[in-house]
Amino acid sequence: MTSATPDSFSSARPDAISLGPVAWAKKNLFSDWFNSVLTVVIVTTFGSGLFRLVSWALTTAQWGAIPNNFGLFMTGTFPSALYPRIWALLAIVCGLAGLSWGVLGRNVSTLFSRSVLIGLAVVCAFIILFPPTRPSSLKLLPMVALVAVAAAAGRQVARKFPGVGQLLSLAWFLSYFVALWLIGGGLGLTRVSTNDWGGLVLTLFTAVSGIALCFPLGLLLALGRRSALPIVRWLSTGYIELVRGVPLVALLFMGQVMIPLFLPLGSRPDRILRAIIALALFSAAYLAENVRAGLQAVPRGQNEAAASLGLNTPMTLGFIVLPQALKIAIPAIVGQFISLFQDTTLLSIVGLAELLGIGKSILANPTYLGRYAEVYLFLAVIFWFFCYAMSLASRKIEEKLNTDH
Amino acid sequence: MAHDSGGKSFDLKAMLRDERFWKIAFQVITLIVVIALLSFFLGNLNRNLLQQGRAFSFNFLLSQAGFSIGESLIQYLPTDPYWRALMVGLGNTLTLVAGGIALTTLLGVVAGVSSFSKNWLVHKLSRLYVGLVRNIPLLLQLFFWYFAIYGALPQPEEQINVLGLAFLNNRGVYIPWASSAVLAVLGIAATVGAAIAALWLWQWRTKIRIDTGVGGQAQLTALAVLGLVWLAIITLGMNWTVPEGVEGGGVTGGLRLSREYVAALSALVFYTSAFVAEIVRAGIQSVSKGQWEAARTLGLNAGMVMRLVVFPQAMRVIIPPMNSEYMNLTKNTSLAFAIAFPEMYSIATTTYNQTGRPVEVFVVLMATYLILCLLITLVMNQLNRTVQFKER
Repeated sequence: MTSATPDSFSSARPDAISLGPVAWAKKNLFSDWFNSVLTVVIVTTFGSGLFRLVSWALTTAQWGAIPNNFGLFMTGTFPSALYPRIWALLAIVCGLAGLSWGVLGRNVSTLFSRSVLIGLAVVCAFIILFPPTRPSSLKLLPMVALVAVAAAAGRQVARKFPGVGQLLSLAWFLSYFVALWLIGGGLGLTRVSTNDWGGLVLTLFTAVSGIALCFPLGLLLALGRRSALPIVRWLSTGYIELVRGVPLVALLFMGQVMIPLFLPLGSRPDRILRAIIALALFSAAYLAENVRAGLQAVPRGQNEAAASLGLNTPMTLGFIVLPQALKIAIPAIVGQFISLFQDTTLLSIVGLAELLGIGKSILANPTYLGRYAEVYLFLAVIFWFFCYAMSLASRKIEEKLNTDH
Repeated sequence: MAHDSGGKSFDLKAMLRDERFWKIAFQVITLIVVIALLSFFLGNLNRNLLQQGRAFSFNFLLSQAGFSIGESLIQYLPTDPYWRALMVGLGNTLTLVAGGIALTTLLGVVAGVSSFSKNWLVHKLSRLYVGLVRNIPLLLQLFFWYFAIYGALPQPEEQINVLGLAFLNNRGVYIPWASSAVLAVLGIAATVGAAIAALWLWQWRTKIRIDTGVGGQAQLTALAVLGLVWLAIITLGMNWTVPEGVEGGGVTGGLRLSREYVAALSALVFYTSAFVAEIVRAGIQSVSKGQWEAARTLGLNAGMVMRLVVFPQAMRVIIPPMNSEYMNLTKNTSLAFAIAFPEMYSIATTTYNQTGRPVEVFVVLMATYLILCLLITLVMNQLNRTVQFKER
């Protein structure tokens, strides 16, 4: 124990070892016979698989189904004469997204760092080069510019008036109703029947509505399950466990049939509304469990400290417990939102023309017979993009809210 | 409840300030609201059903189903009653659940452990798999497997022959199987029994070696005998039939796994395993670094560290979330109806379409899945109890 020389306890870090490519491969790929065999097997199987996939994509695959039906994929059978309304909606979302970016990044030294500029350039290049978006690049490129300009403007405004963030939340809230108005019509715009809502627009709309509805409901259920009041606790627990034991597709399908039965004779809510209700009722039960886990992680001392400061139960919950619990539960909550977004694909089973439903109807067209791989791969990329973006955002929020040292 | 108002005159102000009053009032109000809502909905339901002339009753289960089902574990004819059709659906769901849970556990654990591999390729591949598969909806993956992968297999005339043991074509997968269902069940039972006996023998041997430091030879011999007996039963007793290609396409003998079943199983296993892999990864990460280092210091190699020290400790963290993954898998088998696999949900919808009884069918469906989930939870809780940390 005492034989070590003081030198060997020197706290200096060892020099970083830089490996040449051969040494790197030896360390990471061929460290022993087992790893070498693994490497060889993986390289041969996946290499040949990748090669076949690429050669299929470049030669055999017929990608025509995608650019020819790009409008269908994005908006379903929405009347093309009314497309300007969708563009206006996109512009509003882009503007708000840019503003939020600027407001959130008000303390960053440069908003447009090199990596951000490269990202924007890649997006622009993609819009021009990708065949389906190329025809609309004259509309899409200004959208990118709008995001950048709004970000710069948002930063300036936020530096002068720090309270602008709350106004922005209100703007997002209002934009939901503007979106509803722009898509559905009414109040001076031509009405569009919900039968013509479809594609990515419908997917995003149902997902956002479902998330907006299930969050407060899930929060209430979680609080109810943790409540000291027995009746409230039993009712919440019963609801959560019952809903979690049933597949979503059963709830959705039966929701289409049973919700009209549960209402007075003759009242029949729109089928998109019925689907959103079923989706939200389902997700709320799962969300409640995620929030409950967060609530359980808040130390009891926080409750007691709040009580000794004289806060009553609602104030303790609102100011002390919930902010901490939600912060802990963010990854799980976003995970639930991601699965709700993925679950919107089940609406195609009950006959709604969301992304997957549109994909199915395009595949039913004799012109695109058997183009399964192409269409489904394209849809997979879209879904992957949105889900990945959501999990990335959750990681960013987590970092931002992290107060640990 | 202590009556500290002491029989004095009723004081409304004091009551309104009393927290206990509000607690009771809040519960009463909640109960009244829930009962009012329920009676409104159920009253409407009752009125609507009466209007359609269909009072709530399960008698329809006894009437003739009249539809045929593509694949079934039990004997079923279109003249059988609805309850039997539903049993066929349940059987198909159970085969999907059983295959799914077994393969998901295997693939998920392998993928989760792989993310700790020293091999750069294996590590990256595991991360890529999880990042890709978790972010694509299951239904889309199901369609992809069914239409784009298994649908792209050749016609029976040009079927793929795998080493003369199995055949693949766009109608399904053909594998060697016991010549009769009874033998197959016996074979599976023998395998499970042998596995349990082997586990028990191994634990016995470990206990003896820990207690005395030597011995365990008898148990080792018993293990070898057990292995030989099992091998004999499996190879000789099962009367294997190997599928054989027929001239001009088609296969006789062996077991046919329909394209629907194989596609549903592949999609479920691939999707759920990605979540299981993340659970396993998180579990392994939860084992403190000191445990790795201590085990390495004792001279164990990397594989032994994982198998003997880290994984048993990680199990404690892994088992509870695995329960909900298995439940998700069970519920997600209902999606197989979208590719016309006749599982429980699919039969239930057909039943609803023919009888027009949504409420009763929904009750049956809900009860079935609730019971399945409950059974899984029971088994997993039992398993959880055996791996939990035993403190003094």
